[in-house]
Amino acid sequence: MASVSLSKVVKRYGDVGIVHGIDLEIANGEFIVVVGPSGCGKSTTLRMIAGLESLSDGTISIGGRVVNTLEPKDRNIAMVFQNYALYPHMTVHRNIAFGLYAAKLPKAEIDRKVREAAALLGLTDLLERRPNALSGGQRQRVAMGRAIVRDPTVFLFDEPLSNLDAQLRGQMRTEIKRLHQSIGTTIVYVTHDQIEAMTLADRIVIMRDGRIEQVGTPLDVFHTPASAFVAGFIGTPTMNLLEVSVAQQNGAPVLALEPGGAALILAPDAAARLGNRNKVLIGLRPDNLTVEPIDAPDASTAGRQKLDATVVVAEPLGVTTQVIVKLAGREVVGMADGRFVPAAGAAVKLACDLDLLHLFDAETRLRLP
Amino acid sequence: MSTATSTASPMPNWWLGLAARPGQMLAWTLLAMGAIAMMMPLVYMVATSLKLSNEVYELNIIPREPTFENYIYIFKNTRFGLWFVNSLVTSLLVTLSVLFFDSLIGYTLAKFKFRGREVVFIAILTTLMIPTEMLVVPWYLMAKNFGWLNSYWGIMFPGLMTGFGVFLMRQFFAGVPDDYIHAARIDGLGEFAIWWKVAMPLVTPALSALAIFTFLGNWTAFLWPLIATNDRALYTLPVGLASFSGEFLTDWELIMAGATIATLPTLVVFVIFQRYIIRGVVLAGLKG
Ligand SMILES: Nc1ncnc2c1ncn2[C@@H]1O[C@H](COP(=O)(O)OP(=O)(O)OP(=O)(O)O)[C@@H](O)[C@H]1O
Ligand SMILES: [Mg+2]
Repeated sequence: MASVSLSKVVKRYGDVGIVHGIDLEIANGEFIVVVGPSGCGKSTTLRMIAGLESLSDGTISIGGRVVNTLEPKDRNIAMVFQNYALYPHMTVHRNIAFGLYAAKLPKAEIDRKVREAAALLGLTDLLERRPNALSGGQRQRVAMGRAIVRDPTVFLFDEPLSNLDAQLRGQMRTEIKRLHQSIGTTIVYVTHDQIEAMTLADRIVIMRDGRIEQVGTPLDVFHTPASAFVAGFIGTPTMNLLEVSVAQQNGAPVLALEPGGAALILAPDAAARLGNRNKVLIGLRPDNLTVEPIDAPDASTAGRQKLDATVVVAEPLGVTTQVIVKLAGREVVGMADGRFVPAAGAAVKLACDLDLLHLFDAETRLRLP
Repeated sequence: MSTATSTASPMPNWWLGLAARPGQMLAWTLLAMGAIAMMMPLVYMVATSLKLSNEVYELNIIPREPTFENYIYIFKNTRFGLWFVNSLVTSLLVTLSVLFFDSLIGYTLAKFKFRGREVVFIAILTTLMIPTEMLVVPWYLMAKNFGWLNSYWGIMFPGLMTGFGVFLMRQFFAGVPDDYIHAARIDGLGEFAIWWKVAMPLVTPALSALAIFTFLGNWTAFLWPLIATNDRALYTLPVGLASFSGEFLTDWELIMAGATIATLPTLVVFVIFQRYIIRGVVLAGLKG
């Protein structure tokens, strides 16, 4: 087990900057999940930690030791690849043991380690098979077995589950979490899938264009996203982001959805965050936009406000219904009770809790302090 | 076609099937003609090898008095066995060398980034555009000055690495996902071991194809071995066989007997390697 520390890490290919100065402290035994859109440099960063890619600038240390010039095999890391990269001409046993043979361990010890890992991953009966005779989930497990037998101090995962179907993915996700709980090794895990990020991570790192946008616990990044980008990236369905203008009403600032039309009335402390801006970006999660029949009893509570909207499409999901509505000329996504499936064009009410409203600067798109 | 038609008609069923689709009939006819054109020389080669010399210029396929005399003759009265061994040894050594060096160079060009990589690759490709006939003279001068004439090395040296093989292997290695190489690097293998133990097994189809091409090319090579040797003991098979054809008279039945034996190794090579070509291994370890 070891801590990992990245300091001002930069990667350039020729003149093209890919990673622009990343700082990240990963504690011993921590499960870090890195998410971000395609091409933002997640894999590149992971490969730099592994030593498969050189740094253009900055330092990486593992367990307090600077590893910039160490070979991958000397860094005490193990990596699981998206495509598993199992050697097709070797049996499962040989695949798992390959690195141990290269390290010239005694045969008996190699066999013991392979069998231990196989037992942990439920691969004992498959050891003599070739990779092409395995299912996707089994291959995934072999790839993990190959990583485990190295007794690494850090595990690196690059989208390990993205080639599995949804059900298997859920299952393997649980297994990875259990594995982490039982062996407690530091893990850096790259994924596209924000559900994996939310469920697995101790802390989530959100990357964008080669920079870190935010680092925080899953609940942190969900409830207090540092920017509109993070807000839009974390959480499904995606948060509604609307640009609104700040108007004055009875001497207090309100958020006007359209000139002279519907407006959101903020609590005084939220209103104070607006400063003297006349435009802001607001974020409303769909589950905070409850779609109700137009004639629903008006049990209005403090901080709760209702708006008029028209249904564009309603998509029943069972427990809830996802409804795309037109609100003040803009399309937003809201949620309704599963038994309420309004027809297209129907007039509805949107109830939202203004305490859960996210406020961002319209220019910088950063969270308002 | 219904069974009723076929029982009533004098034509067989398959014929009616073809007649109904003229395009297919044309295709089959062309293919059959092509097959016959390809096969006839081989058939005549074997037939002639079994004939007596007075029958050689007749066109019958089945010899009137089939005989193995010609085979016995070439083994008894010429150095056919030695030429066969010469051909076998030089072709095998050249093939091994080509497999080793071409794939090593191809791998390096495909998987390592270094300054001048493109230039080197293009330089190697250019060698493909120079015909052997143009190279024979420089090769000869080189061999003569180094004293390589009349030796196995002299026969083999021009073919030990080939531009074609480098090109072929580079293309195949480029298709090997980097993750295999990364995984092996993390597993602690050296770069040479990664090439040999991980990358090479992933391109066995290409290696088989290259082995077949190279072996056949060297087995049938004529011009260079003819120039590089004048000692009859160092002749390769094609050179030796050609020596049966004299200035005034050619013993076709002997040449054909030798040629028939000469085709046997090519058959063996093909039978051994073709199943490796067909088995595409490269993607088996990747996602399912
Ligand atoms: N060898 C290379 N040479 C030049 N550019 C590269 C190289 N490898 C990666 N890149 C570029 O670096 C950027 C980041 O790549 P990277 O693989 O890290 O993205 P990623 O965040 O892992 O994306 P994905 O989610 O699609 O896997 C991409 O724009 C890619 O084109
Ligand atoms: Mg990636």
